[in-house]
Amino acid sequence: MKSEITYRESLRMAIREAMQKDDRVFLMGEDVGRYGGSYAVSMGLLEEFGTSRIIDTPLSESGFTGIGVGAALGGMRPIVEIMTVNFSFLAMDQILNNAATMLHMSGGQFNIPLVIRMATGGGKQLGAQHSRSLEGWYAHIPGLKIFTPATIQDAYDMIKLALEDPDPVLIFEHALLYNSKGSLDTSLLPLPIGKANIHRDGSQITILSYGISLFKALEAAEILAKEGIDAEVIDLRSLRPLDDETIMNSLRKTHRLLIVDEGWKSGSISAEIMARVNEQAFYELDAPMGRVCTEEIPLPYSYHLEQAALPQIDKIIAKAKEIMEGL
Amino acid sequence: MKNDNTTIESFYQTMLLIRRFEEKCVELYSHEKIRGFLHLYIGEEAVATGIISAMKEDDALFCTYREHGHALARGIDPNLIMAEMFGKMEGCSRGRGGSMHLFSAKKRFYGGNAIVASALPVAVGMALSDKLMKRNRITVCFFGDGAVAEGEFHESLNLAALWNLPVLFVCENNRYAMGTGIEYTHSQTDLTKKASAYQIESHQIDGMDVEEVYAAGMNAIDTIRSNQKPIFLECLTYRFRAHSMYDAERYRSKSEVEEWKRKDPIALLSSRYSFVNIDKYESLIAQTIDEAVTFAENGTLEPVRDMHKFVYSPEAEA
Repeated sequence: MKSEITYRESLRMAIREAMQKDDRVFLMGEDVGRYGGSYAVSMGLLEEFGTSRIIDTPLSESGFTGIGVGAALGGMRPIVEIMTVNFSFLAMDQILNNAATMLHMSGGQFNIPLVIRMATGGGKQLGAQHSRSLEGWYAHIPGLKIFTPATIQDAYDMIKLALEDPDPVLIFEHALLYNSKGSLDTSLLPLPIGKANIHRDGSQITILSYGISLFKALEAAEILAKEGIDAEVIDLRSLRPLDDETIMNSLRKTHRLLIVDEGWKSGSISAEIMARVNEQAFYELDAPMGRVCTEEIPLPYSYHLEQAALPQIDKIIAKAKEIMEGL
Repeated sequence: MKNDNTTIESFYQTMLLIRRFEEKCVELYSHEKIRGFLHLYIGEEAVATGIISAMKEDDALFCTYREHGHALARGIDPNLIMAEMFGKMEGCSRGRGGSMHLFSAKKRFYGGNAIVASALPVAVGMALSDKLMKRNRITVCFFGDGAVAEGEFHESLNLAALWNLPVLFVCENNRYAMGTGIEYTHSQTDLTKKASAYQIESHQIDGMDVEEVYAAGMNAIDTIRSNQKPIFLECLTYRFRAHSMYDAERYRSKSEVEEWKRKDPIALLSSRYSFVNIDKYESLIAQTIDEAVTFAENGTLEPVRDMHKFVYSPEAEA
């Protein structure tokens, strides 16, 4: 079935269908029930499924994330909603020390089929403590999978893929995407985990991005096209696993790489991709790789400063041209 | 409650097994057969023995990094435990865990968690899954007085009480968070009061007396099973040995240790009953431990090429 819906509705539809199909699935987090979800993703689900499956929690991130780990161990398929990535640091012990580690530490005896969803990203003038993009940071951790749905289709598909996964999956939903609209086709088979998606074919430069940056990259590519630069735009979709194959294949065609990442540069996923290109496709490069990341400051409140700190279309265009001129 | 002879003798045997097993571990540590951290339970045997004896097969347990005693009391094969300490593939965690991370799916033994208080939320989550799936089983979570200072303790107790979950919280209060005494870490040293503040039924018991621990454990577990609410037991106990093999014990006096040794849980039980079979127990346990050491010595080292296994589930890797 095909329809035009919002990102928020797409997530909700996937969660609702999963809960209708599988009694083991439940949603737990701050304000997910009576309030309807901080970003209104779970609006209406409490009325449909009741308080034993849409569970409001107190402000105890470590507590309820750990409870998600335990419930997963006990055979459930919990979806833990952490309101934003900024609060997930309070649950870091459970995510890293337990969810990501227990399978290995137990010699393969205890897998943790846990889904953790959280809003991420800046751009809403919410100040430093509510604007972080640390999905790349989580991608550092073996044992986790990191999904970054950008499209309406992936918002739906990735909830399902995550729930089918036997291991912990973190889903990062960019807060500025919840109102975005697009088409959802529920009859499509989801693109598998770890497969990047080529959104725009191009021959001269590869632009890699994920989350909201994908749309900035696509817009930039249209403008670049008018100036005679043919860019290929790829949505990474998951940061762990990373789709090395699609990245390197694209480079074999374009020989130039630009990465757009809302994370900070230092120790980021963009840095990791550059390192992998260096290892796997160095001789394919016709020019130094480039990247557009968030300036290395805690995001400021003031609109003009915040916008200046974030990756923007003009910066992507300028960097792409710089790379093109590199040869 | 009056315990029958078989029960009392089994307490004695379990505590003695833990004591002798760990004494052997110290020896093996000095021979560098066991490496890493090694946290001994010697002195605290009555707590694990009493509580775990009150559990049923399908109840779950979550423990700390000082969990050799719990693993033995739960009936995990000593061979597998020793092989784990030796880092061998036959170990109960395939050599991936070591002394602090013993696991057994068969025994519903969920570790061996080396982050203080980290297992509490997970134990509460296990109990939540039992409640949601309408299974009549309970979860027991062991932790120390150090954990009570952690936020995860408070979050877990609040939620277990709020949601009426079948968890038995067992605080093994050995008076020291590593090397810092309880009077320097808690504004309220009667830890039951913290649990009571969350509307949880709480009891303080003598953790050196296995019969008292068992009775309290039985009562608590029966109550939890029938009314589906958590209970908190604070077991006053003491570790006779250093925190780990690296600890010079500068923070407590020899006389304090000696004073507690007079309450040795094994000696206490044998003074109360005149066991006729002590020599037999000793020799059977010595034999069990010898076998475990031989089993561990003969175990295999996992091929390095398999190192990446179990980061993700095999079906996800396919």
